[in-house]
Amino acid sequence: MQPLRQETGIVTPLDRANVDTDAIIPKQFLKRIERSGFGQFLFYDWRFDSKGNPDPSFVLNQKKYEGSSILLARENFGCGSSREHAPWSLLDYGFRVIIAPSFADIFYNNCFKNGMLPIRLTSEQVDQLFQKAYRDQPYQLTVDLVEKSVYDQEGLKFFFEIDEYRRTCLLEGLDDIAITLQSEEKIAKYEEKLPDYYAIAAK
Amino acid sequence: MKPKTLFEKIWDRHVIDQPEGKPAILYIDLHLVHEVTSPQAFEGLRLAGRKVRRPDLTIATMDHNVPTTNRSLPITDPISKKQMETLAKNCKDFGIRFFDLDSPQQGIVHVIGPELGLTLPGKTIVCGDSHTSTHGAFGALAFGIGTSEVEHVLATQCLQQAKPKTMEVHFKGRLPKGVTAKDAILALIAKIGTAGATGYVIEYTGEAIEHMSMEERMTICNMSIEAGARAGMIAPDETTFQYLKNRPFAPKGEEFERAVREWKELRTDEGATYDHRVEIDASQIAPQVTWGTSPGMGTDITKSVPDPASFATETERKSAELALEYMGLVPGTPMTEIKIDRVFIGSCTNSRIEDLRAAAKVVEGYQVAPHVKAMVVPGSQQVKKQAEQEGLADIFIAAGFEWRESGCSMCLAMNPDVLQPGERCASTSNRNFEGRQGRGGRTHLVSPEMAAAAAIKGHFTDIREWKYLGKERETHATT
Repeated sequence: MQPLRQETGIVTPLDRANVDTDAIIPKQFLKRIERSGFGQFLFYDWRFDSKGNPDPSFVLNQKKYEGSSILLARENFGCGSSREHAPWSLLDYGFRVIIAPSFADIFYNNCFKNGMLPIRLTSEQVDQLFQKAYRDQPYQLTVDLVEKSVYDQEGLKFFFEIDEYRRTCLLEGLDDIAITLQSEEKIAKYEEKLPDYYAIAAK
Repeated sequence: MKPKTLFEKIWDRHVIDQPEGKPAILYIDLHLVHEVTSPQAFEGLRLAGRKVRRPDLTIATMDHNVPTTNRSLPITDPISKKQMETLAKNCKDFGIRFFDLDSPQQGIVHVIGPELGLTLPGKTIVCGDSHTSTHGAFGALAFGIGTSEVEHVLATQCLQQAKPKTMEVHFKGRLPKGVTAKDAILALIAKIGTAGATGYVIEYTGEAIEHMSMEERMTICNMSIEAGARAGMIAPDETTFQYLKNRPFAPKGEEFERAVREWKELRTDEGATYDHRVEIDASQIAPQVTWGTSPGMGTDITKSVPDPASFATETERKSAELALEYMGLVPGTPMTEIKIDRVFIGSCTNSRIEDLRAAAKVVEGYQVAPHVKAMVVPGSQQVKKQAEQEGLADIFIAAGFEWRESGCSMCLAMNPDVLQPGERCASTSNRNFEGRQGRGGRTHLVSPEMAAAAAIKGHFTDIREWKYLGKERETHATT
């Protein structure tokens, strides 16, 4: 996993609450067996019309937000299906940070597994960022995971909270399977005591 | 000893390690795998040179992609076909039991787990699918995970998990006649919102829950995720044990009796506390219909499409406006006047034998409205077979429904079953998101009875006023 310490980038505002993972990546694109190449399908039904032409009214199609790496969103971002294709598509498109007042559990978790940072700020802070991101010029933010802050060049600075363990894993790009396997002996010992009636064999 | 909730009992029993400053390492008793969220996980194992730690506790089937029409025909979508073949190969390479498309046990993963007796009280169960919460109906701790975690469980049979908070949802009183488990869970989500239970594991309690069959309890737990919950669960009781008895993978004889004695301990102790509690008067719930693009946007069948201006916050008002625009609905329209084009009875929420019995009872003696295209998709091959034996399939077919093979079908339309743009569907599934059932498709979530009645009338109707034409039929305990 690619570590993340600091990220500076243009902010794309996506002003909708309860954005579900079906919207992030519609089901017809879940059939691929690779992890890569999903960015082209990100927000597909909002980004493209039924003929496949870009819809100019959708934020990702506006020149101002080109090359953006920070997505700004509203409450309960990433709700619905557990599909990890959602963070894969965001990451492949170029987003490494998502800022919102709240996230759905599974999506939030999936982000960290892919070197992406979901940041929770208050609704008021998110509102302020939306106003700045809507201005004519591209709005740039820096996210610093070391000091757990978000700041711009105009003196705005917010601090955010994050679980310490998740932070460490992201800062160092750790493989959490390897971490769990450090408890191998305990796993093996636990397995000796599994109830026999949980064994799966046709009975 | 400190009194514990049902969740805490199962959680504590499965924490194998709690390293300082790190999440708990939780042991997983059953890992269910399907074709869509697993290929990258197996690929990850190969790249890292890792094996599946417990292939014997891992079960795979395919459900999301599969066509629900004639199974003897080749699969026409080459990418779907490749994904299915990949699962078959992965199961073969890693020694995992696999219920293939032509297996009599094939079906939606959350239907076959319980019906095969793989889902048992007290187990920790995961699957790369958010509706894994379904299995909590048996007093298991069951939740959906992403593909990286699928890989994690394959490699270690464990997951790193922060301990969730607990919420009791207490349904006091009984559900009125004509009001189902689906209405109860939709009413809950409408009340607490789609993020109302984020960070929590819900335990459902109360008289209404105790009187529910296992199928109804599964419907309730299934949609816990639609309230944002990590999992939903219900303490096992006689109903649970009776359901499990003689299931193929459930313990038998002496072993079953011993298991039941232990499972009886799986209930929240007197004096145990939850982090949050919600109470709902079950007797006041009416049949529900959703009007928007989020499962929380629902109302009683007797009410009307709401006016976005009536919502409290700016965010809610804006969401409602966008939803009504997408749904093509005008505020103030009575729910009973909304005309539909399609009906889908199926999905891991409502495709079990009881759901089909309830829908068939409504349909018997009637014809599907001429402008409506309706289909029934049983949750598994076993459900299909049983419904055919009980004569339910004949009732549906005689009324003009299509009778299909088992799979996820139009719940998420990853297969050929898709809504056309603008088509309006009464659906027994769990999500009414934009485009969920097909780009531009408009989904209204309802119970199987309400979907069946809508198919006949061509618009939504209050099932409590339905005139049943069929003969009273015996309902059998499921096999």
